[in-house]
Amino acid sequence: MHDDLTLARRGLRPSATFDPATIADIQRAAATGIYDIRGGGAKRALPHFDDLLFLGASMSRYPLEGYRERCGTEVTLGARNATYPLELAIPVTIAGMSFGALSGRAKEALGRGASEAGTSTTTGDGGMTPEERGQSKHLVYQYLPSRYGMNPDDLRKADAIEIVLGQGAKPGGGGMLLGQKISERVAGMRTLPQGIDQRSASRHPDWTGPDDLTIKIAELREITGWEKPIYVKVGASRPYYDVKLAVHAGADVVVVDGMQGGTAATQDVFIENVGIPTLAAIPQAVQALQELGVHRKADGVQLIVSGGIRTGADVAKALALGADAVAIGTAALVALGDNDPRWDAEYQAIGSAAGYYDDYQDGRDPAGISTQDDELAARFDPVEGGRRLANYLRVLTMEAQTIARACGKAHVTHLEPEDLVALTVEAAAMARVPVAGTDWVPGRPGPSF
Amino acid sequence: MDALSATTVELDLAAVPLRTVNALLQGREVEGQETLPVDTPVTLTNPRGAHAVAVGMDTPRQVTVAGHVGYYAAGMNQRADVVIEGNAGVGVAENMMSGSVLVKGNASQSAGATAHGGLLVVEGDAAARCGISMKGVDIVVGGSIGHMSAFMAQAGRLVVRGDAGEALGDSIYEARIYVRGSVASLGADCVAKEMRPEHLEELATLLKAAGFEDDDPASYTRYGSARTLYHFHVDNAAAY
Repeated sequence: MHDDLTLARRGLRPSATFDPATIADIQRAAATGIYDIRGGGAKRALPHFDDLLFLGASMSRYPLEGYRERCGTEVTLGARNATYPLELAIPVTIAGMSFGALSGRAKEALGRGASEAGTSTTTGDGGMTPEERGQSKHLVYQYLPSRYGMNPDDLRKADAIEIVLGQGAKPGGGGMLLGQKISERVAGMRTLPQGIDQRSASRHPDWTGPDDLTIKIAELREITGWEKPIYVKVGASRPYYDVKLAVHAGADVVVVDGMQGGTAATQDVFIENVGIPTLAAIPQAVQALQELGVHRKADGVQLIVSGGIRTGADVAKALALGADAVAIGTAALVALGDNDPRWDAEYQAIGSAAGYYDDYQDGRDPAGISTQDDELAARFDPVEGGRRLANYLRVLTMEAQTIARACGKAHVTHLEPEDLVALTVEAAAMARVPVAGTDWVPGRPGPSF
Repeated sequence: MDALSATTVELDLAAVPLRTVNALLQGREVEGQETLPVDTPVTLTNPRGAHAVAVGMDTPRQVTVAGHVGYYAAGMNQRADVVIEGNAGVGVAENMMSGSVLVKGNASQSAGATAHGGLLVVEGDAAARCGISMKGVDIVVGGSIGHMSAFMAQAGRLVVRGDAGEALGDSIYEARIYVRGSVASLGADCVAKEMRPEHLEELATLLKAAGFEDDDPASYTRYGSARTLYHFHVDNAAAY
């Protein structure tokens, strides 16, 4: 490896356009003739929650006493039509991740951790496993374009149904789970031969647009006796229009997954170049709900936001911008032990490093989380993983409460855009909050106060 | 609810809400309504193109729909035998698990989509994407089918007594397709295959089950996967 300082002394400097990673990508493409497939989410720097700051209370606002005065975190999802809406203790849920992409033990741990923290977890492409259902107090069953493993028995076992139309990492794209992860059990659940690549369609096979979605939602309600909330999940690209159409179609909950959302295996070029940042998606989605009169109403439509949520500050900022809850995927995997430094030597042995591993498609995850290899999967303890996830969920929640109290809020969903300012013009424009120290919201005429 | 005979019950969709009808067919209790015995055949009158008729059943019940239905009729059926005395809209018998669905007329697109089991018979024609992403169902179409039928079909059998439209069996996995008439074009990785004795026997069984036992299985051509897309490879890049 070249030392940057040594290179600079020789008058060499990397091109901002053809940087070392780009050159390596070109060389890899030239050598193999195929595009790069990987897991994880977008790696490029994007306007994000870090570009927002909260305005804690001082004189003109009155804070709540930290750790003494109550700051609620409970959230109800899907009371609009469902007989049994979801009652969650915290506004942080676990996003859909498939058995197939993840090991059965990892799925079990997600259920354990979510249940311990009083929240929901979600299936994924490939169907519902008994251990996942067994360990999940609240389980959302994804109804995906591939319909792998879809059956009415599992629909009836679920606590909510999430119709997936898109994913933040790849709006408009299908999936590609490579054959090395199609074990006998995964193949059986998906009605595919063992060991062959599994291609997921980019759209549902039996409907062709928003009007059909209305009928599809009605069918799912009829099949499940109108008992369960129906979510509609979209990848963030045109959230204003997508959310409006989802609400018109009858969704009880809309899930908007931003560009930083993760995936099990997709083309790198897709992950990095399609969709819009989570930060930019929320205000558009909220505007759509507000215009339809269903935002933050008891019988309204709830908004779940996902895509790059990492800290309680991220949670609080998403809620302040108008989300009713957030969902975490990549962060949950890290909490379970994905990319843990104790496996660094093994990560390095397969060409990666702890903290950088994203080759989920290879099925060789040393942590035993994103694999179907029995020996690797056996390394992962679902009880310990569940405990770690529950801890993490509690921390996210406490952090969000701490910020909410500082802003004088008795419930985390009482946070509002007025509590936020932006550090950059881009973030201010996307989040529709003023640049810090000013009253300027880019694109909005006149003073904001 | 009216009794047609001692062994048949009639539910009038013009008078009884669809939600109530489906709940009764699914064996659930509905206030003010008598529970339907499983062994009592049911006739649904006045469907008038309604969507989601007779969906989510999970008993060996016999249901006759006296007329045309809209989208997703008999969706996710398990064990019930459904006869539709008319045409069916999009996605008839979608994701069916077992049992049977017989459409006396024609079916719109995506008939039998993603269905895992059971038998779907369309006596007339079926439109585009018939058997799309099928996962084990048997589908027999008396007439012709439209384009992109059996797209990404994973398992099961699709029998077509007439012609097939363009891109038949595109990206097909292990489903088998039998077509008696012409095929406008085959999709990616779908090829014609030899009709071996076991296929003639299988086809004869399917035709008999669907009520077309007079057909000669030898007059059909079998189509299936060439399996060239089963592993990601640079030579297949154009197909992805």
